[in-house]
Amino acid sequence: MIAAMMASSYNAKEEDGHHSGSSSHGGAGAVKSKKPDNTAFKQQRLPAWQPILTAGTVLPAFFVIGLIFIPIGIGLYVTSNNIKEFEVDYTGVDINSPCYSCAKNFSWNSTQSCVCSVNFTLEQPFESNVFMYYGLSNFYQNHRRYVKSRDDSQLNGDLSALMNPSKECEPYRTNDGLPIAPCGAIANSLFNDTLDLYYVDSNSTKTPIPLAKKGIAWWTDKHVKFRNPSGNTNLTVTFQGTTKPVNWRKPVYELDPSEADNNGFINEDFIVWMRTAALPTFRKLYRIIQKKSGTTPTLPSGRYILDITYNYPVLSFDGRKRMILSTISWMGGKNPFLGIAYITVGSICFFLGVVLLIIHHKYDTRNNSADIPN
Amino acid sequence: VGCFCEEERRVRANDREYNEKFQYASNCIMTSKYNIITFLPVNLFEQFQEVANTYFLFLLILQLIPQISSLSWFTTIVPLALVLSITAVKDATDDYFRHKSDNQVNNRQSQVLIRGSLQNEKWMNVRVGDIIKLENNQFVAADLLLLSSSEPHGLCYIETAELDGETNMKVRQSVSVTSELGDPNNLASFDGEVVCEPPNNKLDRFCGTLYWREKKYTLTNQNMLLRGCVLRNTEACYGLVIFAGPDTKLMQNSGRTKFKRTSIDRLMNTLVLWIFGFLVCMGVILAVGNAVWEREVGSLFQSYLPWDPPVDNFLFSAFLSFWSYVIILNTVVPISLYVSVEVIRLGHSYFINWDQQMFCSQCNTAAEARTTTLNEELGQVEYIFSDKTGTLTQNIMSFNKCSINGQTYGNRPTGTSAEGENPFYKLDFTPFNPLADPDFCFYDDTLLESVKVGDLHTHEFFRVLSLCHTVMSEEKSEGELVYKAQSPDEGALVTAARNFGFVFRSRTPGTITTTEMGQTVTYSLLAILDFNNIRKRMSVIVRSPEGRIRLYCKGADTVLLERLHPCNQELMNITSDHLNEYAADGLRTLALAYRDLSEDEWEAWSESHRCADKATDCREDRLAAAYEEIEQDMMLLGATAIEDKLQEGVPETIAILSLANIKIWVLTGDKQETAVNIGYSCKMLTDDMTEVFIISGHTVQSVRQELRSLRCPPPPPHPPPPPPPASPPPASPSPPSNLMDNISGEFALVINGHSLAHALEADMEGEFVSTACACKAVICCRVTPLQKAQVVELIKKHKKAVTLAVGDGANDVSMIKSAHIGVGISGQEGIQAVLASDYSFSQFRFLQRLLLVHGRWSYLRMCRFLCYFFYKNFAFTMVHFWFGFFCGFSAQTVYDQYFITLYNIVYTSLPVLAMGIFDQDVPDQRSLEYPKLYEPGQLNLLFNKREFFICITQGIYTSVVLFFVPYAVLSNATQSTGDFYFYLTVLLPCTKRTPLFSLPVQTLFRIFPNQFHFVGSAQSTLLQPVVWLTIALATAICIVPVLAFRFLKLDLKPQLSDTVRYTQLVRQKKRKMGRLGARSGSRRSGYAFAHQEGFGELITSGKNMRLSSLALATFASKHSSSWIDTLRRKKHTHTHTPPSASGEGQMQPAKGSNLACGMNL
Repeated sequence: MIAAMMASSYNAKEEDGHHSGSSSHGGAGAVKSKKPDNTAFKQQRLPAWQPILTAGTVLPAFFVIGLIFIPIGIGLYVTSNNIKEFEVDYTGVDINSPCYSCAKNFSWNSTQSCVCSVNFTLEQPFESNVFMYYGLSNFYQNHRRYVKSRDDSQLNGDLSALMNPSKECEPYRTNDGLPIAPCGAIANSLFNDTLDLYYVDSNSTKTPIPLAKKGIAWWTDKHVKFRNPSGNTNLTVTFQGTTKPVNWRKPVYELDPSEADNNGFINEDFIVWMRTAALPTFRKLYRIIQKKSGTTPTLPSGRYILDITYNYPVLSFDGRKRMILSTISWMGGKNPFLGIAYITVGSICFFLGVVLLIIHHKYDTRNNSADIPN
Repeated sequence: VGCFCEEERRVRANDREYNEKFQYASNCIMTSKYNIITFLPVNLFEQFQEVANTYFLFLLILQLIPQISSLSWFTTIVPLALVLSITAVKDATDDYFRHKSDNQVNNRQSQVLIRGSLQNEKWMNVRVGDIIKLENNQFVAADLLLLSSSEPHGLCYIETAELDGETNMKVRQSVSVTSELGDPNNLASFDGEVVCEPPNNKLDRFCGTLYWREKKYTLTNQNMLLRGCVLRNTEACYGLVIFAGPDTKLMQNSGRTKFKRTSIDRLMNTLVLWIFGFLVCMGVILAVGNAVWEREVGSLFQSYLPWDPPVDNFLFSAFLSFWSYVIILNTVVPISLYVSVEVIRLGHSYFINWDQQMFCSQCNTAAEARTTTLNEELGQVEYIFSDKTGTLTQNIMSFNKCSINGQTYGNRPTGTSAEGENPFYKLDFTPFNPLADPDFCFYDDTLLESVKVGDLHTHEFFRVLSLCHTVMSEEKSEGELVYKAQSPDEGALVTAARNFGFVFRSRTPGTITTTEMGQTVTYSLLAILDFNNIRKRMSVIVRSPEGRIRLYCKGADTVLLERLHPCNQELMNITSDHLNEYAADGLRTLALAYRDLSEDEWEAWSESHRCADKATDCREDRLAAAYEEIEQDMMLLGATAIEDKLQEGVPETIAILSLANIKIWVLTGDKQETAVNIGYSCKMLTDDMTEVFIISGHTVQSVRQELRSLRCPPPPPHPPPPPPPASPPPASPSPPSNLMDNISGEFALVINGHSLAHALEADMEGEFVSTACACKAVICCRVTPLQKAQVVELIKKHKKAVTLAVGDGANDVSMIKSAHIGVGISGQEGIQAVLASDYSFSQFRFLQRLLLVHGRWSYLRMCRFLCYFFYKNFAFTMVHFWFGFFCGFSAQTVYDQYFITLYNIVYTSLPVLAMGIFDQDVPDQRSLEYPKLYEPGQLNLLFNKREFFICITQGIYTSVVLFFVPYAVLSNATQSTGDFYFYLTVLLPCTKRTPLFSLPVQTLFRIFPNQFHFVGSAQSTLLQPVVWLTIALATAICIVPVLAFRFLKLDLKPQLSDTVRYTQLVRQKKRKMGRLGARSGSRRSGYAFAHQEGFGELITSGKNMRLSSLALATFASKHSSSWIDTLRRKKHTHTHTPPSASGEGQMQPAKGSNLACGMNL
């Protein structure tokens, strides 16, 4: 009340600007008024939106959230359940496991690769495109020293970095005086098991399943972040003067003998590996099994054999290796959590809405008495 | 430079060689801190003295160690460099301007007497011992000993505005021997030697001795011209440089003022320390985890990830990981916190400066936030200490009413409350009297008629007013009179007489010239019986042109009515009634009387007066007795009533502020009656009050007795335990204080300065505080500047409350400086208070806006900002902690490095800053309408340790959601090889806005930051619907509980501000305004006459007649300073009776019979 009164008296005084007081101040009347500008900004009258939490806004919000989240959750859950996924562990920990001997007898020096076969059965056919993953457990791709042990400019085809890799790559920077290409712990630990999948039909014939190795890396990685030095021509020459990472059996330019343009730093398996996983248990895309034709499923139900060239030791640190087959949907891979979480949150919101409504009606103090205690 | 050990200073005039031996500082001043070369190192050194900056430097060094560096160095150096360079630029600009002003000052010209001739020299080349010549209106170049001046008696006049802010002029006088050295030749041969105290900062003190021609002369401050003063109304003068440059009192006084900190600042520092502790704890936990992991897992994982070369075991690794985590988690103590807080406060200060409603168009001054660091404290004020004169009142007196020969004049047709609203009734004096002052307002034409008719009493009445005073007049041109009155009361009375045709024109030591009804009359002035505080009256004895001798007297009704001739009884009764009426209106009253003297009487008395005057011992007493002798048997003429005009809006402001639970104490140098009067007229004291206690004891015992008796109100529910009489322990007041608290709101306390001195003693202060704080209003009168500060300190010490002191004069400076917040009213009393203050404006009423609007907003914004800031940083940083458990405690960051770098300074600072600067919970009118909205600030509810923990918990909750929701999604997902980092990066800006605030700006920023990251991966990741689904999910999980909780709180236990907002929303219309109640009609005495002794003497001595007005000012200041000194001394020695005691107090509640109180003077 006072404010308005004051304001009015104030304005009145502004009107008769030539008050006796002002003349004594500056004399000639040429006094520049120091009066602040009357702008919305300076007078703090900027328009503002004030959300006031009233029953009229909050309770509907809760119901709306509930009503939106629950259907989304159900949709997600159903979608996720429709996704077919199959997983097999081939580490060879168990003495009965087919890869037990390969795992036990592994040595870094052996030139002879050990091959083992795992049999499994798909109960249901996989209809659409199937993605084949390898999964590792207890593998700390997210360790700080591991993550930083790479040289991005080398991987981007920088020639000077190729011959003189970054210090971050230590201790996988040079070997016998030669720079390692690609350098660093990530590259050095490249997953190098080879997985081959065979369908065993009713008369026990093994039909190899075609596995596409192109298109498993992100486009930006393959075309922007990773580049071979001096283009793709004659990688052997380009990589002259460098040496392969310590653990590798083949140099980087011979990673894929079958396809010439999938070698060097732009080898897709390599690129996928180089994108480090966030958690110690992870899966990485290995191959894609394209759907062949309209009616036949990509992977019919039945027996399969997985042939593993066992090159990658994980037992020393209690790791596990898995092969995963999965179809995908619009929302990605199988993910029951998201659906359940949505349903839960939606229900909680709805429930909270009801509870708050009851509380509001029982104990409301505001609507009854809008008077303000002063 | 040699002045540290200087015990005394020896200066010989005109002898540079001799003076150079002592290596005194030259007159070159340097207030700048840096030059071009030293700027960088010195400035950086200063900046790194700030703990925060050093901390970040330390982090930077840690980051340069490759084994530790978990973040690359630029994450720290970018913000650090930003902060450092902003500060450096600010410092550099400040220093540049200081350089400029230094140069300008150092290069001023002055005339120095070198080898017998005057030469122009730059100021900086003036040396100690030089004699320099000053001309009118020149600045004094150094601290000078005045040697001679062009004026008689070696007088000269100076203005000290730059030194102490007082705009009136002061007089300085040279030692008599040197004043004869008129011209340069004589001065060139002057070889006196001055021995004096070393440089110090006491402006009002100087002691030294001049040795010249084998004689000693004592030097005092009266002989000194200090640097910074301006010579006025003096043609020229010569001075000997005593202190130069940095040794001058001006420079010695320009020490850095104490930096005030707000309670939020202190709390923030504590919290930051706690956060440091928390940081170290987290670091230790993670380091232990790292040790365990490296031992159990990492050692086995070495085939793929070998340890870095210097690390050979898990313990060392754990040690390094501790530091790595310190680096990563440093964002819980963000560097930008301090900077942001400063920016926000600066913004608030600008809003105060820009506020139109705190702009006074009359004086063309806007409010000014001189300190930018205290704004939020304005929202927490509990105690306001206010000066009276010039702060609550305008210090303008207006002649309002009078009673002449039993007839009262001055009642307005429209009643007393309609001030200045009826210009039609304002009398126009000009046709009747060309000399009238056009600004004078009077509304009752019957008085004018009575003058015109020639009523003898009326004429005599105004004759008294035109003769009996100590006003000096200055007539610039014919008819344009300017009165220089020593007190505004007197000025008002003389002006009134002037308008009613009795114009005081000029005076000489022996005469007073007036124009009476158009005829010039010259009275010869026989004697001035001067005013003092005991006499409470003054008289003049004049001989009229006809030769009749008459004594005219004016004074307090209480004293004057006792000295009347018995035949006045009837008139006295009527006049007393009138006086009571005037007093009831809060007016200051004086009674007027005269006495005819025969030539014999005069001769006789004149003789006795001369004797008394010449007496060396007890001169004062004997003079008083002589005065007493003649001021008898007087004839009453009437009484005057003067209104001490309140500033505009004062009662309303005080009412609103007390509704806001702010306690207002008035600390004034005025007399008790004046103070109580003002207390009533500004509604601090009301008739509804049960009792107004008055403490005016002169001894420790009596004050204690009075304090105790107050604590036992008439019907005590349970009598308070009386503390042991010898020495009450400081804790004892607590039970009675509870008692007092219960019955508060109905009592007021008035305490006198001399009683206050006792009450402030260590053993009684507790009692005093608890009593005083229980009262609704406290008025301390007759207090010294020092006591003002002591009272403030007392409350600060005992109440832990935020105090605000508001004042306008130099005597308020100490109080302004010692309060948490000092507010200066830029009024008439100079600018010293403003210079010492943190905020300044020109009207007391702006205080309500400063506190209730700006202060409240500032506090609110700052609290919300801090809550939000800590919240967001915890939410952001704790994610790393959780991630530690999944990445082998290796201090791997979750976010992109650029993101970490920019998170605090770009992404989140802007919305938070915008909120911190612009947020408003309720509009300004509402906060004035509902002063109770101010309370949360006083109780410190919006940001305290509890709120902090709530924020932190909320932050940790958010971080858990932020981390584990994507974790759950990701660990289940088949698809992505996991740009897990990216999930979080995107999530964060979206989910950190759980505390929903009220700004449109924010919604913009919500979406904005998403666009920047991982150019490569963004494309791939953002295409996946899972990412968006996760974002939505995490946001919902973060917000829903908070929303529900806030809604519940709002619904069940709404705060006042919520209710206000709600009603505003519901009604969308303004409430009807109601006016505050009209003036209270209580009756109390209003005698007050602010006057000092000594002017009569000054006038009759004739010494300064030439520049009477200047001398007047000098005298006033000299007098007032000595008065202060007296009281200060009294404080230190704890003597009982102050010299200026206004009367022994058989004080009664002021509410009682109105005349009685006046009589008790």
